[in-house]
Amino acid sequence: MSGYFDAATASPLHPAARAALEVALDDGWADPRRVHREGRQARRLLDAARASVASSLGARADEVTFASSGTAAVQLGMLGALAGGRRRGRHLVASAVEHSAVLATAQMHERDGGTVDLVGVDRLGRVDADAFAAALGPETALACLQTANHEVGTTQPLGPVADAAAAAGVPLLVDAAASTGRLAPPAAWDLLVASARKWGGPAGVGVLAVRTGTRWRSVLPDDEAEAGRFPGGVPVPLAVAAAAALEAVEAERAAESARLAALVDRLRAEIPRRVPDVDLLGDPDPAGRLPHVLAFSCLYVAGEALMTELDRAGFSVSSGSSCSSSALTPSHVLVAMGALTHGNVRLGLHAGVGDDDVDAFLDALPPIVAGLRERAGADGR
Amino acid sequence: MSLRLDCTGQLCPLPVLELARRIGDVEVGDTVVVVSDDPAAASDIPAWCRMRGHEFVGAADTSYEVRRLR
Repeated sequence: MSGYFDAATASPLHPAARAALEVALDDGWADPRRVHREGRQARRLLDAARASVASSLGARADEVTFASSGTAAVQLGMLGALAGGRRRGRHLVASAVEHSAVLATAQMHERDGGTVDLVGVDRLGRVDADAFAAALGPETALACLQTANHEVGTTQPLGPVADAAAAAGVPLLVDAAASTGRLAPPAAWDLLVASARKWGGPAGVGVLAVRTGTRWRSVLPDDEAEAGRFPGGVPVPLAVAAAAALEAVEAERAAESARLAALVDRLRAEIPRRVPDVDLLGDPDPAGRLPHVLAFSCLYVAGEALMTELDRAGFSVSSGSSCSSSALTPSHVLVAMGALTHGNVRLGLHAGVGDDDVDAFLDALPPIVAGLRERAGADGR
Repeated sequence: MSLRLDCTGQLCPLPVLELARRIGDVEVGDTVVVVSDDPAAASDIPAWCRMRGHEFVGAADTSYEVRRLR
């Protein structure tokens, strides 16, 4: 039984990662840049981890850099590509529903004198490929688009956007953090970002892949680790565990994604049936969304109160409502979609969630929402 | 006629709750103006209209106008 439904933030550690981590803690503790026996042993483990991750993601090993998180990979990937494309211009294009790491880096770029266009989305959270293509210009140095949205699960039209970016000569950074291990890896990208803890690897490992030939220049002081792309390198045992988890998750992906998609289908059908006045978010078509993510908003309920009550009942979820964020503003994703921002809940399913867990959640949710509405005096409106 | 609800200082979902409570005070076809300085109101009031079958007329600064349709 698992009441943990926040795998879209971090998945429980995959058993393959735990086993690999134990071995790598014994054999991979030394500095992989040293030429002594222990260093060479760590190096072999790191090289193998890199080759494995590259193979899982459809990259070449020398294109893959380990970073300390998905956020660090986004920041360095974007800033390096913008620095590498400086001669072309200082224009950046991204969707309005990218991860906050992308948008924060875009804001910094703007503060530093660059220009930014954020392309809006429809009610499902999907960017329009033609509008995205139209935003690309001769001075665009970088375009950023996620494979799928991390908050509502909607997939993005990566194929047409990648074609448009290639035709315009603009490098495309694809944020695959939400989908890696759940959907097939994206085929067309110049820079690719992922985060191990979302696929069942350990926290503390991000991936930045830079396609050979892509202009990219480090914005940090010189450092020889990770081919000069991530300073100091990452802990070898964690990289090994991340690679083992991804390999295992990829091998199980077809069956596991089908299983999780069926659970999400059930939740999407049952929640509106059992809870009145719910805004079900994301694409109703299973082909247009992540298999393991579901978001909805409950009218007249504060997101924070809903999270607290669910936590008390043994369910761990996340929320994009403003009262549950430190910034006191609602999730930019929900705002961009025109969704109801209060009473928001995001569920992220994983290997440890079974039919009985979904049943338990479906039984627990209606009385919690009804109770909160009654307390707020919203009963029956 | 039009009803004006000053929800200044209230956080989500209170302005929407107040709107739901008071929409019945105006006739069908008349409007309610909600004044709210909570940034969430900009999303939540139009979303409430969509979910509850009312018309979101528009926003000006921190005022949001809603027409009762049923």
